[in-house]
Amino acid sequence: MGVVEGKFSDNFITTRIDSLVAWARKSALWPMTFGLACCAIEMMASGASRYDFDRFGVIFRASPRQSDVMIVAGTVTHKMGQALRRVYDQMPEPRWVIAMGNCATCGGPYANYAVMQGVDEVVPVDVYVPGCPPRPESLMWGVMQLQKKIEQERYIRRKA
Amino acid sequence: MFEVESSTRVERSSVVPGTEELIINMGPQHPSTHGVLRVILRLDGETVKDCDCDIGFLHRGTEKIGENITYTMFIPYTDRLDYIAAPSSNLAWVTAVEKLFGWEIPMRAHYIRTLVAEFSRISSHLLWLATHALDIGAMTVFLWCFREREMVLDLFEHAFGARLTVNAFRLGGLFQDVPQKFLDLSQEFADLFPGRIGDYETLLTDNRIWLQRTRGVGVISADDAIDLSLTGPILRGSGVRWDIRRAQPYAAYPYLDFVVPVGENGDVYDRYLVRIEEMRQSTRIIQQCLAQLPKGPVSCKVPRTIKPPAGEVYHSIENPKGEFGFYIVSDGSETPYRVRIRPPSFVNLGGLKKLALGGLVADVVAIIGSIDIVLGECDR
Repeated sequence: MGVVEGKFSDNFITTRIDSLVAWARKSALWPMTFGLACCAIEMMASGASRYDFDRFGVIFRASPRQSDVMIVAGTVTHKMGQALRRVYDQMPEPRWVIAMGNCATCGGPYANYAVMQGVDEVVPVDVYVPGCPPRPESLMWGVMQLQKKIEQERYIRRKA
Repeated sequence: MFEVESSTRVERSSVVPGTEELIINMGPQHPSTHGVLRVILRLDGETVKDCDCDIGFLHRGTEKIGENITYTMFIPYTDRLDYIAAPSSNLAWVTAVEKLFGWEIPMRAHYIRTLVAEFSRISSHLLWLATHALDIGAMTVFLWCFREREMVLDLFEHAFGARLTVNAFRLGGLFQDVPQKFLDLSQEFADLFPGRIGDYETLLTDNRIWLQRTRGVGVISADDAIDLSLTGPILRGSGVRWDIRRAQPYAAYPYLDFVVPVGENGDVYDRYLVRIEEMRQSTRIIQQCLAQLPKGPVSCKVPRTIKPPAGEVYHSIENPKGEFGFYIVSDGSETPYRVRIRPPSFVNLGGLKKLALGGLVADVVAIIGSIDIVLGECDR
């Protein structure tokens, strides 16, 4: 971009379409409130007074149709797995998944007949956030990791 | 709910609107079911004709896990039963096991346990109020309640190093004494909190929308509540003065002065008033605990290998949601032979049909909120 930079007046910026799209996508990540267990309480705390997720453009939506990212917060059982996949399928693309907490990551302390050993058995996961439950700071870290990931994606022309 | 088929040519005036019943699935992914509860509603217009709960979406096999690990190792799993008030669940488990042993716990441990359990009651009721008001449409209450809840979680962090699943107590007492800063901050919180409860009440208690949505909704009589074995604020909201802290005192409750608040009409509004008053009483208990806190050790002598005598025990405590109990069968080995959990939410949820029948579908949200369920202990 060295050729065009600085050739316009102050009101113009030059950028790539990829960067612009990535910037728009990462700056307004609307997660779906997929609260399942203990982690859901910390997810709520992240959105509430002290941690205030709105600062990042993260606004919780109750409907999968309006959301970009699904934060799977809590233990996914085999019974819940079907519903989870169905909700994921209802989300419009592009969509991302954050597995919040040890249960969603790998089953956590529940290694038994009822619990799915990680939500990646049913949906593709982008970011894993460890903790039991993770602190709101950890969830913020997870969202920022996802933002970094979105920044690196290319939309107009795929890498050869 | 009637359709006019385009293929049949009928005059519009001759169509008589017909109605039929509609089955609606509420959940398992619904923001106001407080977790993963699925409610199947049969509606006639907006009136609830039938209501059925489908639970088990968070069944994690906790009882089975309890049979395979030692008594100490099970304490963190109790955190994850009622995760909104984790120290209360810890208290139920450790007191049940201590009852099996017949151990004498030092008074200081009793007082600190009571103090922490009351903090957990406040944090649970604050979360209940936040989400219940949010479901009905009041956003400010949510933000205000979380402000104070963060203060309580900070206290837990000072004492036990974690915010939510604190693993607060050990068999025989506490892991270590609480730091002085925890006690200072507790005093600060107890002085500040009654004013904050007043703030919440200015938002809700005389609010016309709140009154319309809650008064006369989800009414249950005292007899019905007892028949359904409901416990906790939902039972007290119907006017039954039953609180295990009073009826079968445990920890330091026999030495403390507090009032068990009851309602009159048994509707959602009365349950709200009961919980608000309970938060005030909890603050009173905290003040007394801090004033009377005795000195001394915080743990009795605990053997390295914990092997209780063969036998069985049932012990229950007053959780923020109701009677939370453990029934343990021991065969004299290091692991329990059977662990049975008596969850308040599971039993209280059994009353949902009685409460919701005949009401409007919008009231179901208010009623589920007023039962205050936690699916972690409901599904176990």
